[in-house]
Amino acid sequence: MLWELFTTFFKIGATTFGGGHAMVPIIHREVVDTHHWLTNEEMIDMIAIAEITPGPVAINTATFVGYKKQGVLGSIVATAGVVLPSFLAILAIVSLFLKIENAPVVEAIFKGMRPTILALVAWAATRIAKVTLKDGFTFAVCGTALVLVLLLKIHPVAVIGLSAAAGLVHSGYSWKKRAQNASRGKEDLQ
Amino acid sequence: MIVSLFSTFFLIGLFTFGGGYAMLPLIQKEVVGFHHWLTMTEFIDVVGIAEITPGPIAVNTATFVGYKIAGILGSAAATLGVVLPSLIVILLVAALFVKVKDNPYVEAAFSGMRPAVAALIASAAINILPSSITDVRSALIAIASFSLLRYTKVSPILLLLLSGALGALIY
Repeated sequence: MLWELFTTFFKIGATTFGGGHAMVPIIHREVVDTHHWLTNEEMIDMIAIAEITPGPVAINTATFVGYKKQGVLGSIVATAGVVLPSFLAILAIVSLFLKIENAPVVEAIFKGMRPTILALVAWAATRIAKVTLKDGFTFAVCGTALVLVLLLKIHPVAVIGLSAAAGLVHSGYSWKKRAQNASRGKEDLQ
Repeated sequence: MIVSLFSTFFLIGLFTFGGGYAMLPLIQKEVVGFHHWLTMTEFIDVVGIAEITPGPIAVNTATFVGYKIAGILGSAAATLGVVLPSLIVILLVAALFVKVKDNPYVEAAFSGMRPAVAALIASAAINILPSSITDVRSALIAIASFSLLRYTKVSPILLLLLSGALGALIY
């Protein structure tokens, strides 16, 4: 079982490019369809949990499935399996890259790539913004975060902490209102 | 140095919520801004290579940076550091049956965190702008790439390889 965990997640780690949600169909096929280590519902839950916990969905899934099947050892083996392919690939590429990075043609290639990398990051930002910015509160948090990190040079970790606190305060406020309205409604009925 | 790599990437791994790109502003601040282990330009290149290679971009970036700074041992330290927080958190969640999924407090915190993550990733883009747009040609490439990403289902990897080839031609 441990070996199966390792090889399956090694396969997942080796065949997924681009990370994040691109990996989900492959993980689903292996974990749910082929090995039946998770049910469909559990997979959906897993993705939701992976959104909330630190770390990419592939690693979180490996950890979780590994634990479910073979405890802590299973989680370590599965996680190592999913991380190893990219680790080895990067080592191979980087040692080569560092040798050739000063060659003029390599510099030219990267000069062409950098604007696209910028576009990729900007696109990632707009994608998340599209989904999350929908009311005054979210716009306010987004705007404030931008000011904090770009103008005031506040550390992103601090901004994340502050935004979590803001979310709690804001929700607390709306919970309170809902509770008030509910009790007010009850009073009207009487 | 190795310990520093490990602890830095542990911090980065701990606070990366909402996908791999959310790691970029953290790496920028710590690796480029604070430790000066990479220049901004080198950081951009690392992101590009991490995107093209298999595996989550978050882990690849850690491996790359670690190697550049301290060889194989450095890449192992950085990778271990960035993976460990999620391993620990997921184990805690699974072992203790901690209900995180529909927990109202977690959802409340994330309602605030998500827009902040969007802003942070945008800030990462703004920070790499001066090093990536150096002339009209690069500006055009950026605009074209963004439009393609936004309006077509083009593969980011293909786009990167194409723009690299274009760079070899025009530079």
